[in-house]
Amino acid sequence: MVLAGFTRPDYGSVKFGTEEVVLKPPHLRDIGMVFQNYALFPHMNVEQNVGYPQKLRGVSKKDIKDTVNEALKTVKLDGLGHRGVAELSGGQRQRVALARAIVFQPKILLMDEPLSALDKKLREEMQIELRQLHDSLNMTTVYVTHDQKEALTMSDRIAVINGGGLMQLGTPNEIYQNPNNAFIADFIGESSLLSVKVSKKNVYLGNVKILVDHSVKKDGDFLLVVRPEKLFLTNGKTDNCNTFTGTIVESIYQGESQLIMIKLDPNTHGDQILRMRIPNGTSSMEELPSVGASVTVGLKKSDSFLVE
Amino acid sequence: MATKTKLNKEHINKIELDQLDRKERYTLFGLTVPYLALVFGLIIIPIGWLFYMSFIGRDETLSLENYERIWNSKAYFRIFKTTFQISILTTLICVLLGYPLTYFMSQLSNRWANICLIGVLIPFWTSLLVRTYAWLVLLQKKGLINSLAIDWGLWSEPIKFVHNTSGTLIGMVHIMLPFLILPLYANMRTIDKDCLKAAANLGATPTRAFWTVFFPLSLPGLFAGLLIVFVLC
Repeated sequence: MVLAGFTRPDYGSVKFGTEEVVLKPPHLRDIGMVFQNYALFPHMNVEQNVGYPQKLRGVSKKDIKDTVNEALKTVKLDGLGHRGVAELSGGQRQRVALARAIVFQPKILLMDEPLSALDKKLREEMQIELRQLHDSLNMTTVYVTHDQKEALTMSDRIAVINGGGLMQLGTPNEIYQNPNNAFIADFIGESSLLSVKVSKKNVYLGNVKILVDHSVKKDGDFLLVVRPEKLFLTNGKTDNCNTFTGTIVESIYQGESQLIMIKLDPNTHGDQILRMRIPNGTSSMEELPSVGASVTVGLKKSDSFLVE
Repeated sequence: MATKTKLNKEHINKIELDQLDRKERYTLFGLTVPYLALVFGLIIIPIGWLFYMSFIGRDETLSLENYERIWNSKAYFRIFKTTFQISILTTLICVLLGYPLTYFMSQLSNRWANICLIGVLIPFWTSLLVRTYAWLVLLQKKGLINSLAIDWGLWSEPIKFVHNTSGTLIGMVHIMLPFLILPLYANMRTIDKDCLKAAANLGATPTRAFWTVFFPLSLPGLFAGLLIVFVLC
């Protein structure tokens, strides 16, 4: 909303390239925006909706027709130009909104949770399609979403924003593998956060020493981030690995994977719950101990990291 | 034999379900019966009677005598003409005053919009007669407006406001304005504000966005208001 110019920030600067735009009114910013609820004009048909920005720019009638058809083709809606907006399905409206935002070839494409109104299946299809579209259009795209998986799927770079502050900026891989803080570790992807103590550069979970990937500079309380899919079943200590023992309190079949909740041994690891995910079809599925059984799981040193 | 069982399965409980549907429809229709009876007894029958009477001449036989009289008398035409003139003028002034005001109201936050709406509705709480007399008091030759204006030197001779077209217009506009504002306001509130944002985002200046998006979307409300005002006039 600040980028598009609908909300004025209290202070600060918004730059497109080197150009300061924070004082520019919305209609001069030249960015295409896809609204959360599409905001299609209900009194115009598909063609008129998509042609609207071109008409404002004084493009000739013939060129409008050509560019509109081109844009509709890009979003795979060719032939529906004469439909009314009310006759379209949610996914189609989404595409019209997108066509309208790209038809005048803006410098920047802004998408404000464009897929949140669609059902899960359609959403996942559209995610892939929008990615491909982005690659073919070569337009800088800012995509706002609350869905962390969508963020990972869609982006080259992710900015995680919480409470108005920037938490981390990085590639999906960086954000997922090296979250800056507990909020991101918890928000992006699934994870168990185990509280650990650091003293004299050694990390302790309860009274067990934990190996971590990077050195810790200061003492105090930290959180060990454990991604559920990085855990594996083991029967003893392996090199460069941390091991955790506990009892299985829950085992849930979720289709593509099995989610296991492990209550860690309160005497040695403190009273904490660890989530583990085993992909369906791997051999460990059959070897899986049942609920109530005690189990030992391992975590590679390179997959163990701390956040504050 | 096999097809017969299949058919039976498809039509299981069909009669009973249809009965339920029908019952629901009859109940709904039943709710309108008191109103229909009232309308029939108090409106349709008397007006029908009046309509019949209009074809009865002085000698109590069927004739078109009454209609001939309308056609031949100038007085009736003048009345019709004045009525239409006043109606059209009133409607026009109402739109010019009401549309900007309603637009302003529709852009306010809910709280302030409701306060404005109460302001619009207050005249409804006073009787029509009182309001008309109030205008007479204000607008007459030695009324408040004329005497104040002369005191302040705005004009020297009292202007004749009442008992002519201008007086009628002032009164009519005052009484009719809420009838335009209410439907228009209801319509404007339903216009998606994001549509205006979208228009701005796509390059429309605020004026352009208003005429290409907001105004066309407010037309249904404007027509509803226009119609009510015009018909009531």
